[in-house]
Amino acid sequence: MGKVKKSPWLLHYDGSSCNGCDIEVLATLTPVYDAERFGVVNTGDPLQADILMITGGINQQNAPVVKQLYDQMPRPKVVVAVGTCACSGGVFRECYNMLGGADSTVPIDIYVPGCAARPESIMDGIMKAVELFQKRSDEHDQYEKEHKGEAGPVDPNINTARDKVKMQEMKGAADA
Amino acid sequence: MNHTIFYAIGAVLYIVGAPFLGCLMDGAERKLSARMQGRIGPPLLQPWYDFVKLLNKQVVTVDRAQFFILTSYLVLMVMSGAMFFSGNDLLMTFFVLSTTGTFLYFAAIVPSSPYSSMAASRELIQEVCYEPAVLLLSVGFYLATGTFNARAVFSQNTSLVVFLPGFLASYLFAMIIKLRISPFDVSTSHHAHQELVQGVTTEMGARNLALFKLAEWYEMVFLYGVVAVFILNSSLVSVLAAILVDLVIFFCFVLIDNTNARVKWENMLGLSWAVTGLCSGVNLLILMMIR
Repeated sequence: MGKVKKSPWLLHYDGSSCNGCDIEVLATLTPVYDAERFGVVNTGDPLQADILMITGGINQQNAPVVKQLYDQMPRPKVVVAVGTCACSGGVFRECYNMLGGADSTVPIDIYVPGCAARPESIMDGIMKAVELFQKRSDEHDQYEKEHKGEAGPVDPNINTARDKVKMQEMKGAADA
Repeated sequence: MNHTIFYAIGAVLYIVGAPFLGCLMDGAERKLSARMQGRIGPPLLQPWYDFVKLLNKQVVTVDRAQFFILTSYLVLMVMSGAMFFSGNDLLMTFFVLSTTGTFLYFAAIVPSSPYSSMAASRELIQEVCYEPAVLLLSVGFYLATGTFNARAVFSQNTSLVVFLPGFLASYLFAMIIKLRISPFDVSTSHHAHQELVQGVTTEMGARNLALFKLAEWYEMVFLYGVVAVFILNSSLVSVLAAILVDLVIFFCFVLIDNTNARVKWENMLGLSWAVTGLCSGVNLLILMMIR
């Protein structure tokens, strides 16, 4: 329905990393690269965010945090993994506490490689995420239109484990 | 009779036009801010894009009461603005405006989130800071014109700023706090994030945040409208002067926003009451003496 891609609000989470990509994400927002010209706002609030940007790998400690941030974001949402660590775990991959890249915990849509990822490639990743964000929004509207008035969950993007469990619970309750 | 229609049109124009004007002002503020920082900045219509997007997002409700309270906040804001632009009682208008602030406090405190609750109490402190200046302003208008009736206040022969320079100064100071411009953005910030995530708007997402933005646009137009009252007189040239003054103040506020760091609420409280006491107080005493 609406053009949502002109207003992508970012939520940045830094996982288990050397902070290199973290600094590059900040650099993306400075006057030199100025991501705000595309409407990007670096918000700290998952409730208001559209794009979750994860830098760094996932370990035992931050996995539930990342998952909660993802679950708190309203749909449509897009997740971008920035840097080698977020893509695959990078040099930390074999550590005893590591689960791996960000896709070990939440579904990732866009992978931005690099160690550290350059601001230009981060920007490119954001732009790709923005297109996907618009596509998801359109799909969502289309689905809502076709399934108007129907009961039950009406969202096609059910992709977290928690959502699936919840749906099964609901199904079980309905059957019983 | 003629005037009644004129003022009714004022109210309708405000209700219909203020969101657009406020949205443009918001966009201009972001653009100007970016230019001051040496950035290109977002398009002028960026706040509108944000607004449309927020309406298109999935509604995640932390507390159902919040939507109702935010709607009340918006309705009261529109009401106080419409009362002002339709030339109603000024004292009443400012009282409704105070009530509006309280609703924002409630909207922030109902989700009982730690960040939002703390920001809500900060919002109350902001209100304590700007309220004396705003309420004293209606006293100033009364002393200068002999009435609380806005229509009489609007149509003076000499601009009110001649009698009320101190009141204008303290009102502008209060406006910085009311618009949550840095250094006084303790309850919520327009930029990135602050130490309380997003302050009062932390638990507002999608539709609720859109309502908040809309109310902010109404508020902005209303507050700048009050500044215009200081300049307006019966001549038409004063309209141009009022617009010019508003533009200059708008520019100054963006400059202040970009050059100041957030202060502690204690400093805000002390500073705002000192400015109000000094400027409005002295002005009040002089007005009472010469009358």
